Amino acid sequence: MSSATWPLWEVFVRAKRGLSHVHAGSLHAPDREMALRNARDLYTRRQEGVSIWVVASEDITASSPDERDSFFDPAADKVYRHPTFYDVPEDVEYL
Amino acid sequence: MSSTDVRHVHYLLGLGDDALVYAQRLGEWLTHAPQIEEDMALGNVGLDLVGQARSLLTRAGEVEGADPLRDEDDLAMLRDEREFRNVQLVEQPRADFAHEMARLLWFSTYQRELYAALLDSTDETLAGIAAKAVKEVDYHRDHATQWVLRLGDGTPESHERMQAALVAVHPYVAELGEDHEAARWAAEQGVGVLPSSLTDAVNGYVAGVLEQATLTPPDPPRWHARGGREGVHSEVMGYLLAEMQHLHRSHPGATW
Amino acid sequence: MYGNDFGQADAPGGRATTPHPLNAAETPDYTDALAAYFDGLIEEDQRVEPRDAMPEAYRKTLIRQMAQHAHSEIIGMQPEANWITRAPSLRRKAILMAKVQDEAGHGLYLYSAAETLGVDRSELLDKLHSGQQKYSSIFNYPTLTWADAGAIGWLVDGAAIMNQVPLCRCSYGPYARAMIRVCKEESFHQRQGFEILWTLSRGTEEQKAMAQDAADRWWWPALQMFGPPDTGEQASGGHTAQSMAWGIKRFSNDDLRQKFVDMTVPQAQKLGITLPDPDLAWNEERGHWDFGPIDWDEFWRVLKGDGPCNEQRIRTRVQAHEDGAWVREAAAAYAAKQAARQQSEAVA
Repeated sequence: MSSATWPLWEVFVRAKRGLSHVHAGSLHAPDREMALRNARDLYTRRQEGVSIWVVASEDITASSPDERDSFFDPAADKVYRHPTFYDVPEDVEYL
Repeated sequence: MSSTDVRHVHYLLGLGDDALVYAQRLGEWLTHAPQIEEDMALGNVGLDLVGQARSLLTRAGEVEGADPLRDEDDLAMLRDEREFRNVQLVEQPRADFAHEMARLLWFSTYQRELYAALLDSTDETLAGIAAKAVKEVDYHRDHATQWVLRLGDGTPESHERMQAALVAVHPYVAELGEDHEAARWAAEQGVGVLPSSLTDAVNGYVAGVLEQATLTPPDPPRWHARGGREGVHSEVMGYLLAEMQHLHRSHPGATW
Repeated sequence: MYGNDFGQADAPGGRATTPHPLNAAETPDYTDALAAYFDGLIEEDQRVEPRDAMPEAYRKTLIRQMAQHAHSEIIGMQPEANWITRAPSLRRKAILMAKVQDEAGHGLYLYSAAETLGVDRSELLDKLHSGQQKYSSIFNYPTLTWADAGAIGWLVDGAAIMNQVPLCRCSYGPYARAMIRVCKEESFHQRQGFEILWTLSRGTEEQKAMAQDAADRWWWPALQMFGPPDTGEQASGGHTAQSMAWGIKRFSNDDLRQKFVDMTVPQAQKLGITLPDPDLAWNEERGHWDFGPIDWDEFWRVLKGDGPCNEQRIRTRVQAHEDGAWVREAAAAYAAKQAARQQSEAVA
């Protein structure tokens, strides 16, 4: 491995308890331990996080935009998944 | 002022000057680190140490109780070389990255044991400073550990450089554990700890890292540094202070 | 540069020059459909994301601009780091260290955003080191006194923010998100710079003179940071129009420059600093401050290498990179050994 090729890592930060980890960006590090430490220095300098995940970028499998029709459009007709689909009387609270 | 107070001040100055002078050296790394991520990391360590120095020097000024009170900048910028009480390890010039990691490993391991012990200080301000700092230096020690492992067990070149760095730094290590007058007083009063009481834990931790990193502990040096706590420094110290203090001293009484 | 884009359209390199995998189906229909998809995103002011089909020129422009922006952050560490060891108080030392460290972070956010387009940071750094890619020319000027640390924060970061705030709405998602992060952090930079000068301007005669001298030297280069005029003989050949059509750029160079002048003049008055422009005057009719002609010959000269610090900045950067090579190799070798150990443990 040459000096130029420290792998790329994707960084996910949990901003506070109760929230999911959210993608923050990426960085280079020789291995996962250093990736985690670098992520702390880079992405949580201002107490932006309570927990960090790092994932090797090459280990992420992503959907392709050119598959988008088959991948995401089928959900488009499942409007019943969205709460606004349901017609309820306006004076019912806490729905 | 009673003589007891002076030793309290000297003890605090020793701690504060260690942090300040090492922060000065670490500040020199910014823009020179081997990877931009490492500029960030060394910057963090340096920032933590500046913060510790500010708290410790402020406390030293309070305990000293001069009229008017000497604040952190009076103490950092207006003392001469012989009044600085840091160990000589921290004032040594910046060398290659292996030297820095060797120095950081020893120093942060020492600070880790020191601040852990100072959590019980009868000087409550000092105990408070230690409570914040112990978490910081825990991270510094981890950072140095990670790098010593990688450099020791990396390539033949890095192994050789790391080994050479350990040898070069070694003469400055013993001073960290040397008991001096102010420390003896501080330990008796419960304000501080005897440096020698930390040595076994410090040596034990570093030995473990070196072993894992396939490095050989250096032979005992023929000469070792001494006297920093009494204001005796190496020749480089004057230059370090000249750089650090020049601007402040050029404008007496000015506010920044 | 520093959020602006101009200069020669150099090849971004990397996968940028090889066919994009999405274009595997290279039938005209398919290509047209992708183009329509991209145009639709831009039209609706949607964000373009890394794996979306996009015109090659859009991609190249973004890579070049993000790389130049990242390089500017990294090179921009140097003039300020020059004062870390000499900061006049411990408070200032801490602030300056945090700021220089932030610049490193901003550079990394931006390299990270550029890498979503399939280039590697090391390629971009190689281009910086070899002079194929530029950085903001402002950093080719030296920081001669402590007041320069203030002037950089106040004027240079102030100008950078003008450029960067609109970039938070840039059409390319990763760039926009990086800029949001940067802008949040950048406001501290400008304020600390102003505070340095504010303190100096109420200090001794020497301190006041120091502040004025710094403003004298940094004012015009700060105005140049917005890039050449969009119209007239100094116009740079028009990245602006295309970048605006693509939603990479939201305002013209001249608009941003005017906003900056309008914002800064009252601040200078507050500081008691005289900006070095005899033509500076409030124009009631326009509702803006008029300012004198900018020396674009100087700008191009410095950009092309004839500035006081061009060589020094690159030399320092290359030196750090070369000095660090053995460290990066060691870490990579260690990682490989560890991976091999884990594999053999798993087998055993």
